[in-house]
Amino acid sequence: MKLSNKTKVLEQGEMTLAERMYLPAIVGGMATTLKHFFSKPVTIRYPEQQRYLGPIYRGHHILKKDEQGAERCTACGLCAVACPAEAISMVAEERKKGEEHLYREEKYAKVYEINMLRCIFCGLCEEACPKEAIFLRHDKMVPVFNTRDEVIYGKDKLVENMDQRYLRDGWK
Amino acid sequence: MELLNDVFTAKAIFIGIVFAITLGVAAYSTYFERKIAAFMQDRIGPDRAGPFGILQPLADAVKMFMKEDFIPANSNKWLFIAGPCLSMLTALMTSAVVPFGDTVTISGVTFDLQGIDVNIGILWVFGIVSLGVYGILVGGWASNNKYSLLGAIRAASQNISYELAMGMSIIAILMLSGSLSTKAIVETQQAGHWNILQQPLGFVIFLICAFAECNRTPFDLPECETELIGGYHTEYSSMKLGFYLFAEYINMFISGAVMATLFFGGYDYPGYAYIAAQLGSNAATFIGMGALIGKALLFVFVFMWVRWTLPRFRYDQLMGLGWTGLIPLSMFNVVVTGFGILIDQPILAGVGGIVILLVGLIVNDALSRKKKIA
Repeated sequence: MKLSNKTKVLEQGEMTLAERMYLPAIVGGMATTLKHFFSKPVTIRYPEQQRYLGPIYRGHHILKKDEQGAERCTACGLCAVACPAEAISMVAEERKKGEEHLYREEKYAKVYEINMLRCIFCGLCEEACPKEAIFLRHDKMVPVFNTRDEVIYGKDKLVENMDQRYLRDGWK
Repeated sequence: MELLNDVFTAKAIFIGIVFAITLGVAAYSTYFERKIAAFMQDRIGPDRAGPFGILQPLADAVKMFMKEDFIPANSNKWLFIAGPCLSMLTALMTSAVVPFGDTVTISGVTFDLQGIDVNIGILWVFGIVSLGVYGILVGGWASNNKYSLLGAIRAASQNISYELAMGMSIIAILMLSGSLSTKAIVETQQAGHWNILQQPLGFVIFLICAFAECNRTPFDLPECETELIGGYHTEYSSMKLGFYLFAEYINMFISGAVMATLFFGGYDYPGYAYIAAQLGSNAATFIGMGALIGKALLFVFVFMWVRWTLPRFRYDQLMGLGWTGLIPLSMFNVVVTGFGILIDQPILAGVGGIVILLVGLIVNDALSRKKKIA
């Protein structure tokens, strides 16, 4: 018994005269390539031209600030726990008086480092974060690095710049 | 004595120009090969070196020279070096008999725009093309490598097989022109009486054989990567490999020029007489030279177009096509041409020949099909 009755036995008869002469098929093939010769190339010249990768592409990490410009991160360490590649490490510090405009919560990350050689861009840190502080941007990728001391990204490279705030599609 | 000197200088200058044009065209063929391949595959191709990648041949040449020039330990060193040199030499020698234009008269002295007008012109082309296979054969043998040797053997047997059909298709041309001189062949085709009108079948045979002689796809079995790694140039690197590849492109350009000479009226173009009357015969001649080069470049494009369309033949298919397909066909063509000359209607005979051939094939097909059913 057959599993499905969709099987078709292909019967290839003897080749016709036109098929045996090659030439009609060659002319047909050359017409196809000529058609493609005049059609538009699909190439995107990558570093100069970039294609839109969608609103949920997981690229460069960013530590968000709130509307007042205070860092949202409270150094709870859930991102570091969630990270399957163990790329995140941080040192927590208590917020001093007078630093309320800098840090949103009473505790903040004094040091926040991501090792970009370890990071696999899975986005689990983003999912784990209870304070909506860390995100993977959809519009920017981590640039290529050439030496190992460029690999660890500290707060200087991660914290959001208030002049160029990061907005994902669908956010207000 | 002075006249001889003038002629000598003019010839030297002309040969220099042809040499430069040939090398330039070959260098830029590598660039256009990649560009055309890219366009046919909906890509852009090399575009980084200079605007539109126009400096790519230069970059390739620098790369070729900078690479390690490797000679295998157990190879025959002198033959290993002689191989690519022979290939290059024979590729460049063929252009000597191609008439690039009619005569030019400068300050009362008339020059031919042709390297040498020998009375055996087309035989010269044949002889040199046959010698060309020695470059591949010597290189492949000297490499002391099984794959190289197999590639070289393939090249030799393929060239010999297809030279027969090619020679037969040229015999029909010689019957029409009555001379072996390329100049005379072109002169019989002036004012639009191109041989392609009288020899459509001969042209198709010649074109297919030219593909095989240049070792171009679909006949590039000597360098078949899937079976022979790199074929005859497996062991070659640096500019020696560059010479082999360069010789292939020169051969393409020259065989395009030869095809234009034999079948497409050489330096003839529509309105030749009108321009000669308006601007003088010198201007008409130089435009004619441009026309010949244009026709040759068109054939180079066809070579590339075919390369990026067709897959490679199997070796038995290649031999079958050469011996059982093209040789009988070219014999048929000779008979048809002879008949055309007999009734003094060569164009009618050329078209009639194709019609008779097709009808014969269809009838034969129908008859053999009936037999099988019964």
